[in-house]
Amino acid sequence: MVSDVHKKIKAAFEAFDYETNNTVDVREIGTIIYSLGCFPSQTDLHDFIAEVEEDHTGYIHLDKFLPAMAKILLEHKYPPIPEDILLQAFEVLDKEKKGYLEPEELANYMTQEGELFTQEEMDEMLTALADHEKDLIYYKDILSQLTIDPEL
Amino acid sequence: MTEKVTWPAIRAALLIQRWYRQYVARLEMRRRCTWNIFQSIEYAGEQDQIKLYNFFGFLMDHFTPASSERNLICHIFRKNEICRDIDWERYFCYRSIEVPDSYTGPHLTFPMTFCGVSKLVEAFKHKQNGLPSSDKPYVFNGDYVDRGKNSLEILLILFGFLLVYPNDVHLNRGNHEDHIVNLRYGFTKEVLGKYRVHGKKILKLLQKIFSWLPLATVIDQKVLIVHGGISDTTDLDTIGRVDRHKYVSALKAPKHHAVNGSTTQTMNRNREANLPEEGRRRVYSMNHCSSASAYRYNLQHRSLHSQSISSHLNCSVEEELKMRRRMAGFDQSYRKLSQSDSDSDPESGETTETDEHQWKQIVDMLWSDPMAQNGCVPNEVRGGGCYWGPDVTEEVLGRHNLQLLIRSHECKQEGYEFCHNRRVLTIFSASNYYEVGSNRGAYIRMGSDLVPHFIQYQASRTCMELTLRQSVGWTERSALRALREQLFVHKSDLISAFQEFDPHNTGKISLRNWASATEKVLNLGLPWRVLRPQLVNRTQYGMVDYQQWIRELSITEPKLEVSDNSILETMYKNHSNLETIFRIIDTDHSGLISFEEFHQTWKLLSTHLKMEISDKAIADLAQSIDFNKDGSIDINEFMEAFRLVDLSAHS
Repeated sequence: MVSDVHKKIKAAFEAFDYETNNTVDVREIGTIIYSLGCFPSQTDLHDFIAEVEEDHTGYIHLDKFLPAMAKILLEHKYPPIPEDILLQAFEVLDKEKKGYLEPEELANYMTQEGELFTQEEMDEMLTALADHEKDLIYYKDILSQLTIDPEL
Repeated sequence: MTEKVTWPAIRAALLIQRWYRQYVARLEMRRRCTWNIFQSIEYAGEQDQIKLYNFFGFLMDHFTPASSERNLICHIFRKNEICRDIDWERYFCYRSIEVPDSYTGPHLTFPMTFCGVSKLVEAFKHKQNGLPSSDKPYVFNGDYVDRGKNSLEILLILFGFLLVYPNDVHLNRGNHEDHIVNLRYGFTKEVLGKYRVHGKKILKLLQKIFSWLPLATVIDQKVLIVHGGISDTTDLDTIGRVDRHKYVSALKAPKHHAVNGSTTQTMNRNREANLPEEGRRRVYSMNHCSSASAYRYNLQHRSLHSQSISSHLNCSVEEELKMRRRMAGFDQSYRKLSQSDSDSDPESGETTETDEHQWKQIVDMLWSDPMAQNGCVPNEVRGGGCYWGPDVTEEVLGRHNLQLLIRSHECKQEGYEFCHNRRVLTIFSASNYYEVGSNRGAYIRMGSDLVPHFIQYQASRTCMELTLRQSVGWTERSALRALREQLFVHKSDLISAFQEFDPHNTGKISLRNWASATEKVLNLGLPWRVLRPQLVNRTQYGMVDYQQWIRELSITEPKLEVSDNSILETMYKNHSNLETIFRIIDTDHSGLISFEEFHQTWKLLSTHLKMEISDKAIADLAQSIDFNKDGSIDINEFMEAFRLVDLSAHS
């Protein structure tokens, strides 16, 4: 079991190890972790990086990354968000219980609450999620459509 | 509707943000992989082309004059028929071309006027986005042809504006403004197809025009614009002085001129050469122009992450790809080949060191790509030019007192991309280059402050409305199709490679071995482990049944009965090479070759690939095609008959 996990982590890590010296740029870590099926928050990511970064060099070495990442995977530390929980989240935002959100409604939340989206991220999200004809976000439909890829 | 929950909004927002960011990161990964596939295949094709051309050069130098192979291809090395300028002008004069009464398109008169060009543009029904004028000077950075079906129309528009505003329209030469490259990539075919009577003449004239296109443009002595890039030996004074029209093809080493033509005639001709229309000013191979009045245009660079992971990802994954490709390595680079030849060939005579040096500079300018690491190494992926690093940029820009290098040559997802501490800017204007939705195109507006402003776009109306997911999915499917085709055409080699990992003949190998074997055979420098889930559907305990996997690639073969299957596979693998050779052999551009020439082509190919192809196999292949009544083979028909079709595309 453990060796499987290690192999997976190494494969994802290698994809960004450009100089083949077992290091990756710290800015790639988020993508690597996400691609391994984890759902950390931005704070989680910052904490993780602080733990494994090589003294502010901007690089992360496999030696430190592997055990830390393996622990995350084996402990299921940043599990995927279950679809029903996500649905509840959307419903919370849909105060009037309309069954959909208007772009402005969603944008207000995303850009003003929590771990804020930038304007660009927000524009992308609206393009991706909004129904094109009605310009509304039917969140229930979206959740079932946006299946996440199976494990890498 | 679920039970009423009483979370604060912030908790809901956090969940949604987290979920969405993960989703986007995964999509971005997929998009990058797809991109890499297209690019790798494209560059592998370019490299193939150069290898083929070098092979011809090698033949020319090493076969006796009497050998039939040499005769077949010697005309591509032969200088254009020597004729004096008067004859040349008369031959190409447009007045000598008869236009039938049935023609209803625009009639152009010379000298060309703005009205004339507008008529032309209108006739092509292009959307006008600010036509060139003396208030709006344009620099076009090469590669006008070989893509899409309207290369000729694009050239006509560009040339039209060049004629009307010769001081304000600048056309840099790209590596595709080269008749050898055009043979492979479709421009030759397009011209011959559209102009059955005059096509050959047009191609010949274009050869000359291409060779006269400037190699570089400098704005306000501060911004250098070239198609490919630079190298550590780039010297703009040399470029400014070189007789660029000597280099009809950038792939042609100068010495080949000496081998076939009479050298004294060649040199005289150069001295007397005069552009027919020009009288306004001496055209150096470098254009110096000044910027138009300042224009402000604000555009945000698209990025998907607040941490700007994705914009960094753009650069870094591409760097990874370049490094992998360099590691993929190749037996012979053109450089090694031409170096060894210049030693062995006693006839070369006229090769001077200056010629070689000049030629290298030109090739570097048209074919090079930037890399992240310092240094300057041969660009073995493309087969021409070099990879140059940030230190070379600093040195060359510093030496010439320049502040920015603008180049093209590489497709970029957002239409443009900076590198080398923003001292190098890549601009790519063809949107949807690989596939609908694959990338945006962009162009630069620059005022007297010399700050570049970008306008991005994506051509088709339909793809504007595609969501991120849809456009990634679409492009991805297309890339995977292309990749599966590559896998299919290499299936014999793949099976051999797999079997090396399977000494006990179990029929199964591990995924890691699958990845190594595949890379070894295809040599595309792709991250196979990451791509694996898209290509291998079924695994058991981490093992792949490779025979079954190959069968399931679902690529069909045409229904033609051919006794020897190995020749079919060679055919698929070398589709483009074969077509290139056919077109070279078809000296009168008729689109037809004789059976004898067909036979010779295969023999040539087999020498190039260093493999056995039996006469019987070739004869069988020829027989499987319907001959025209006069015993010739239609090249287009033949190539079409052997085009691969991806079955899964119809599912």
